[in-house]
Order: sequence, then structure tokens, then C-alpha cells
Amino acid sequence: MLTIKNLTASVDGKEILKGIDLTVRAGEVHAIMGPNGSGKSTLAHILSGRDGYEVTGGEIVYKGQDLLSLETEVRAQAGIFLAMQYPVELPGVNNMTFLRESMNAIRRSRGEDEIDAVSFMKQVRKKAAQVKLDPKLLKRSVNAGFSGGEKKRNEILQMAMLEPYLAILDETDSGLDIDALRTVADGVNLLRSPERSMIVVTHYQRLLEYIEPDRVHVLVGGRIIRSGGKELALELEARGYSWLVEEAAA
Amino acid sequence: MGLPNAEMDDVVGKEYAQGFVTDIESDTLPPGLDEDVIRAISERKCEPSWMLERRLSAYRHWLTMQEPNWSSVKHPSIDFQAISYYSSPKQRPELDSLDQVDPELLSTYEKLGIPIDEQKALAGVAVDAVFDSVSVATTFRHTLAEAGVIFCSMSEAIREYPELIKQYLGSVVPYKDNYFAALNSAVFSDGTFVFVPKGVTCPMELSTYFRINEAKTGQFERTLIVAEERSQVSYLEGCTAPMRDENQLHAAVVELVALEDARIKYSTVQNWYPGDAKGRGGIYNFVTKRGDCRGDRSHISWTQVETGSAVTWKYPSCILRGRDSVGEFYSVAVTKGHQQADTGTKMIHIGENSRSTIVSKGISAMRGSNAYRGLVRVAAKAENARNHTQCDSLLIGDRCAAHTFPYIEVKNPTAQVEHEATTSKVSDDQLFYCRQRGLSEEDAVSMIINGFCKEVFNELPMEFAVEAQKLLAVSLEGAVG
Ligand SMILES: Nc1ncnc2c1ncn2[C@@H]1O[C@H](COP(=O)(O)OP(=O)(O)OP(=O)(O)O)[C@@H](O)[C@H]1O
Ligand SMILES: [Mg+2]
Repeated sequence: MLTIKNLTASVDGKEILKGIDLTVRAGEVHAIMGPNGSGKSTLAHILSGRDGYEVTGGEIVYKGQDLLSLETEVRAQAGIFLAMQYPVELPGVNNMTFLRESMNAIRRSRGEDEIDAVSFMKQVRKKAAQVKLDPKLLKRSVNAGFSGGEKKRNEILQMAMLEPYLAILDETDSGLDIDALRTVADGVNLLRSPERSMIVVTHYQRLLEYIEPDRVHVLVGGRIIRSGGKELALELEARGYSWLVEEAAA
Repeated sequence: MGLPNAEMDDVVGKEYAQGFVTDIESDTLPPGLDEDVIRAISERKCEPSWMLERRLSAYRHWLTMQEPNWSSVKHPSIDFQAISYYSSPKQRPELDSLDQVDPELLSTYEKLGIPIDEQKALAGVAVDAVFDSVSVATTFRHTLAEAGVIFCSMSEAIREYPELIKQYLGSVVPYKDNYFAALNSAVFSDGTFVFVPKGVTCPMELSTYFRINEAKTGQFERTLIVAEERSQVSYLEGCTAPMRDENQLHAAVVELVALEDARIKYSTVQNWYPGDAKGRGGIYNFVTKRGDCRGDRSHISWTQVETGSAVTWKYPSCILRGRDSVGEFYSVAVTKGHQQADTGTKMIHIGENSRSTIVSKGISAMRGSNAYRGLVRVAAKAENARNHTQCDSLLIGDRCAAHTFPYIEVKNPTAQVEHEATTSKVSDDQLFYCRQRGLSEEDAVSMIINGFCKEVFNELPMEFAVEAQKLLAVSLEGAVG
């Protein structure tokens, strides 16, 4: 599904990613953990094609394609979805309209028909209920004035509707209460399937109790310094990052 | 922002889609303005002598006036002697139906998408198409006549309904009002007259399309709408112009009169040639639009979507004379390239309990500059007058500008006047978010802009709202940074 080879990237001349290697196969869920400022969001943004980052070396292959040569929206149309750490507000743009436009843009790019209004409504109601998003929020402007938790649920709703092949969740669990965490995890688990992969960026082992990852990676200072199974998350929870950093330096 | 500026200008610089010129023999006066020109105009239109006298008084007054320079708009000074003040497409005599109208003319209308045909009939819209200075086609006159509604060209009204014209023309915008109103009163070529008698609800939306075709021909439209007691009318106006090298002056005057319990809704979707990439050749648009809520509980509503013109100077206003009268102003003004817009409204509260609402949305892209200038005046006897003003600006890119100049004059302590203003930018974050969800940059911008303009679009008649959205999408295509 996704292969990242020796990826280096900088922002304003400052090197942030210093050689990332990562392979995610279809059906796998990978967790990325690491201290603040280590480059997790940077990696997520580069995967989704956000402007402002300079890729200085390495390559990314997604479904056999050179990902870095694709425009942001083309990546989205090819099935890459980023649930953002800070979802953006779009005042005046109706939440449901946005979702439908988005779905249709993706469908059109694949040569499929646009979704009809009735099926769309049915689906959106059902999936909003699954992620326990207050239906009133569907009628409001995208994320405008939503609480932190509501914004995160809205991201999960979008993900559920768009059914991506590679979903990247950047700290979708941050700022959620325990019930919400559960709901978000359920939403993610519902989407798990053999043809879909996920990269889950998180600071908390708790999320990984609900979403069992196949692999856990530790990103420190722009490098993956350790990869392991889900037990690595438990170890990190107990011991923090410093021991790993010391080991890596040794 | 996302794209470097040069690249951004490149994508934004869409050629004006409707810039073409029709080849039609015209009967055009040579450039220049003096009393003889005014006499010639009046003569060609077979006007009665009282009308000529009015024109001459306006002209003599205009000569004593100075061109205003107080607005924030900058433009080269206009050489009024270089303009031709009369142009009429030559028609074959005695037209019984549209089949007999010059086919060139009809195809021009078609290119502009002006439907003088069954489709419009089904949509319930009567079209009075003004081609340059003379009305050449009018439809649905009979349906309207049955309802007692008069809908005709101003020239015809002057000949057929002199009493109404004498009573109302210039009663809202006297020729002494301002420089461009005086000029218009002297040389106005044609325009539209609407009269809705007592108790009548006009059976269809009325619309007029304007088009400027003759090089260097000023366009001086004169529109008068009178709604008698308890009557209602909705009037739509839309404009486009062909591409030209020289700046073209447009100085229209629109007067609305609403008597007791009458309701007038005036909507404009304006798409004049804004000039080329260097700002050359656009339309200069200096318009005086004013509504007089003369009767108690009368209601006048202006809605406008402005995307064209090199220079726009325009303040649709309401004089709220009647008790409990209501004035509304909903506006979207887009400026890009080198366009300048200085627009806004004036709400003059005179009657008790008069209320006004102002919603102004300014969008600036590239080097566009947008100014909102709004005056709310509450006279001493206007007990309990209310105004709410909301003035929002949206910037696309970082070289454009928006200015807001609210003027508030309150002479009655019971008045409540509220003003809210916001300025926002289409941010990189928003564009990234939309694109990450599969939308193209252009679709993202148009979605954000439509969201921004929603309150105004909601006020437009349905089919105009759709047109307005399209127009905005076209005019801001690629206007992203
Ligand atoms: N646009 C930018 N300009 C300057 N520095 C940036 C920019 N974007 C990211 N950085 C820097 O890059 C580093 C990595 O940031 P990033 O957001 O990827 O961290 P993160 O691992 O997601 O952290 P957190 O856990 O706090 O979300 C930080 O030092 C950050 O300040
Ligand atoms: Mg982060």
C-alpha cells in the first residue's frame, strides 16, 4: 500500500524529517508515537500533500504510484484521507454540502456517478449516529464553533463516508473524553478491512487498546528510532521516551 | 499562500467570457456635448417640449458642478467631450414579431444568454432588452397590461404617460443631486418605466438586460419604478458588455417610489467588462440608485451582486419617510485585477419606527480594492428608528484590500443603530482542508465564497441566485493564493 524510503524534508530550511523508512501493507494498522515536535504531523502533512514542506530526499510509493508527484486533491481522490490534528473551520459552508461535494469529487475522479440525494442522506444519518455526532451539527457550517471533541467526531464521520484506502489519523484522540475515545475507536474499527490501511498518530496507549495496531513506531527527532508490536506502546507508557533516545544514541 | 503571486495572477487572469462586439449599423451622434446635442437627443426621441426644457435645465446645472473626487476610487479623468451621447441600433420599420428583429441583434442576445423566448415565459419573466440606447424588444406586455401594470421604455412613457412622468421622474433623484445625476438628467437615452397601480401584485418578475456596444458611447439609463398603495413588484437587472479598448462611462439613475404598504424589490446582477489584465478598457460605472419609501409601511429592498466594471461608484439608498417603513440593502461586490469598487448604501430614517438592514459582503482578489461606504442617518423626528449593519470582507491573496467607512448620524435618542464588521481571508489551512477532501482549489474557493455570500444570495430571486453563483465562480476562477 505505502512504502516510504529514506524520506528527508525541511521547513524554511530547517530539517525536520531526517530519513524515514516505513512500509504499510494493505489491511495493516500502524501507530506512530513520539514526543512533541518530533515530526509526526509533518509526516502526515507530507503524505497528504500539504504545501510548505520541502522534500529534500527519498521517495514515497502509494499503490504503485510516485505519491510526491501528485496534487493534494489527486491524492485524496486516490484514497488518502487525513483526519487532522486541528480540523479547519469553514464558515458559511454547510457541513452536509461539504461532505457531499467531497464525496462527489472523489466519485467523479473515479468515473463513478454522483451519489443521489436520498442515499446520501440515509448514509450520512446512519454514520453520524455511529460516531454519535449530534445531527444538528450536520446542518451547521463545517466545524465552525464546534467543540474540540465535535470536530474530531466530524473528521471520523468524513472518513466513514469517504471510505479511504489509506487513513491517517493525526492525534484524533487528543482532547476526547473517554466515551468519545471509544466512539472514535469504534468508527475506526468499523472501517478496518483487508484492503484498507491506517496510520494512527497518538500520544496515548489507551487508544491502542481499542484500535489494535499491527506495528508501533517511535518517531524522535525526525527519525523512526524503534519499531515493534503493540507491546511497545505499553512499554512507552510505562517508561517514556528517554530510554529509547539513549539506546538509539548509544 | 499556496501559489506564488505571478502564477496566481496567471490563473486568475481569465479573459472576460462575454467580450465580443456585434456588427450592427448604428445611428450615432458625433462625440461631444452641448445644448445642440441635447436638442438632437430629445428630437430623435420625439419628446414633448417640457422634457427638452428639463434636460436643458439639468445640463445648465451640470455645467456649474465639479466631478466628485471624494471617493476612494482612482481613475483617469473622463473627457466628456470625447463621448457620443446617442446611439441607436437601426431597426427595420414596423416589427410585428421577434422574427423581424435584426438577426445579428438576436444572436447577440443569444450569446449573452438573454432569453426573449418561451423558456422565459415559462419561468414567468418579462424581458425588456435594452440594446445600447433604444429598447428593441418587449415581451409579455399584454399579460402585464391586463393586470394594469405599465412596463415600457422611458421614451415611450414620456410620450404615452406624461402626467405620471411629470409627477414622478426626478422626484427621488432631482438633477441637482449630484454630478452624474445631473449629467444623466440632461442626456439620458432610454431606460425603463414601471408603474404598478393600487393593490396590484405584479404577475411576474420584471427584468431588463443592458449592454453597451458602441465604442465611446456613454450609457445613460433612466429607470423609474412606481408602486402605488398596497402593490408589489420585483425587478431584476443584469448587465454585460463587450470587450473594448477605451473606458466606457455608465451613469445611470434609478428611482423607486413606494407608496403606502407597497413593496419593491430591486435585484441587480452586474457583470460589466472589468478591463484587461493591465486594467485598460473597463467600464466606469457611476450610478445613482435611490428608493423613496414615501408611504407608511412601505418596503424597498436592494439586492446586488457586482462582479464587473473597472470602476464602480454606487450607493443604492433608501429614504425611509413613511412610518414603519423598511429599507434593505444586500450586496456582494467582487473586485479582482485592477478593479475598484466604492459602494455602499445610505439609509435615511425620517419616519417613526422605520427600520433598515444592511448586509454588505466585499470580496477582493489579486490587486482588487473594495470599499464599503455606508451612511445611516436618523432624523430628529424618527422615533424608534432601527438599523442593523453587517459588513464583511473576504480577502483572497495578500495584495488586495478592503476598507470600511461607516458614517452614522443620529439625531433622535430613541434610535438603535448597530454596526458589525469583519475581515477574513481564505486561508491556506482552509484550502488544504478542502483539497485533502478531494476538491479542486477552484471548487474550494467557490464553495468558501458562496458560503460567505449566502445571506445575500438568499435574497435574490431563485433563478438569479443560481446565475449569481455561476458568475462568482467564473469571475473568481483560479483566484487563489
Ligand atoms: N511551518 C513550520 N514552520 C516552522 N517550523 C515548523 C513548521 N511546521 C513544523 N515545524 C516544526 O517542525 C517540528 C515538527 O513539528 P510537527 O508538527 O511535525 O511535530 P509533531 O510530532 O506532530 O508534534 P505534536 O506531538 O506536538 O503534534 C517542530 O519543531 C515544529 O516547530
Ligand atoms: Mg502533531
